[in-house]
Amino acid sequence: MKKKFWQTFMLWELLKGLKITGKHLFATKVTLQYPEEQAPKSVRYRGLHALRRYPNGEERCIACKLCEAVCPALAITIDSAVREDGTRRTTKYEIDLFKCIYCGFCEEACPVDSIVETGITDFHFENRGEQILGKQQLLAIGDKYEAQIAAARAEDAKYR
Amino acid sequence: MLIYAIKFILIACVIVSLIITVVLYTYSERKVIGFMQDRIGPNRVGPKGILQPIADVLKLLLKEIIRPSHANTYLFIMAPILALVPSLAAWAAMPIGHNLAIANINVGLLYIFAMTSLGVYGIIIAGWASNSRYALLGAMRSAAQIVSYEIPMGFALLGVIMAAQSLDLSVIVAKQNGGFVHWYAWPLFPLFVIYWICATAETNRAPFDVAEGESEIVAGFHVEYSGIPFAIFFLTEYINMILVSFLAVIMFLGGWHAPFLFLAWIPGIFWLFAKAIFMMFLFLWFRATFPRYRYDQIMRLCWKIFIPLTLLWIIVEAVAIQFGLQPWFGI
Repeated sequence: MKKKFWQTFMLWELLKGLKITGKHLFATKVTLQYPEEQAPKSVRYRGLHALRRYPNGEERCIACKLCEAVCPALAITIDSAVREDGTRRTTKYEIDLFKCIYCGFCEEACPVDSIVETGITDFHFENRGEQILGKQQLLAIGDKYEAQIAAARAEDAKYR
Repeated sequence: MLIYAIKFILIACVIVSLIITVVLYTYSERKVIGFMQDRIGPNRVGPKGILQPIADVLKLLLKEIIRPSHANTYLFIMAPILALVPSLAAWAAMPIGHNLAIANINVGLLYIFAMTSLGVYGIIIAGWASNSRYALLGAMRSAAQIVSYEIPMGFALLGVIMAAQSLDLSVIVAKQNGGFVHWYAWPLFPLFVIYWICATAETNRAPFDVAEGESEIVAGFHVEYSGIPFAIFFLTEYINMILVSFLAVIMFLGGWHAPFLFLAWIPGIFWLFAKAIFMMFLFLWFRATFPRYRYDQIMRLCWKIFIPLTLLWIIVEAVAIQFGLQPWFGI
């Protein structure tokens, strides 16, 4: 009791607090300057979706609807038809990004590596309805980031 | 005529340099507190964020002055002025070298103490005129706190006056001549600590900033203020912080005397400013470290601990002066 009184009287705990903050004044700062610096991302990162093409320009998707079936959030809607050359292709491939939970099951289910999730995280929508990505938009994303997508898949392949 | 012109230029110099110091002080506050919390602080505007306070000032100056309905307009506008003017006026008697003050009066300490006490009227009137219960609560707290802490602060100053046998700030500093052992901080150490805690409370700084208590009363007395009047309250708070820092240096830390005699070739103004900057840094350090006191604890600390303690130490000091304790109280 007596000791505690003198400790309080001498502001002992306040001095201890000052010592801690004084130490942190000189501590190394770990802040990441976000737009310029970014934290490293795994090649398995599941971000924005994309539809890929074969190197000859033919779209990979064969409208098997496995992704639509496996999707736990029912975010994918697919309509299919037979194209002039007799192959089955999608006429509508839509992903609602508000419904999507980014689980990556669609990518796992895809037998032809068509639907993939890229590492892109910084995207936004300005109007209602824009969150539903159509086939052409998904293909465009795939075309734009194909090099990145292929490199990530190649790096991850040896662990699969 | 010429003497008035010179005084006018001196006043302008002091005000401009004070405003520049406040600008740098707010920047360093954000940086220091950021660093203490393992953050970086502002670093986007200008190199290392140095222009951030300029951007803040511009924002405040361009903002609309919102006047609450049913507020007393006259008092509402007068309040920030009433807060700012005494804190600027106190600087008139603040020496930065031997007898180097705008108004070199022989009761400088009393004058500064009176001026810092007047500042509370600005806060009370701001809280009253705002027609907001949060502002009123903040003003009430602030008034009670400042009036209470004035007493131990006055006693702490009394200790210095007893030691120096003078109210003249230049004489107080002159009596502390000759190395750091001659500073009044040593024989009056308890008074020095109490003075500094009271100064923190007087300027409404953390951990005594219940007058602004964001968590309970939004922002206290300046909740209804925006734009320029808010900037003036902000400016007043920081000018007061700088003022009490300088006062602490002059009364307890030997003013413009060097801590060691072999360093006496460095001009006194450097030592004065270096010591004052250290004291100003302590404000930031406190703010980064301590959580806010509860209101009743603040009152308890003042009335039940500080006032008896300062009185006790004044008696101890009186005995020491009577017996001429060296090297501070030579006959």
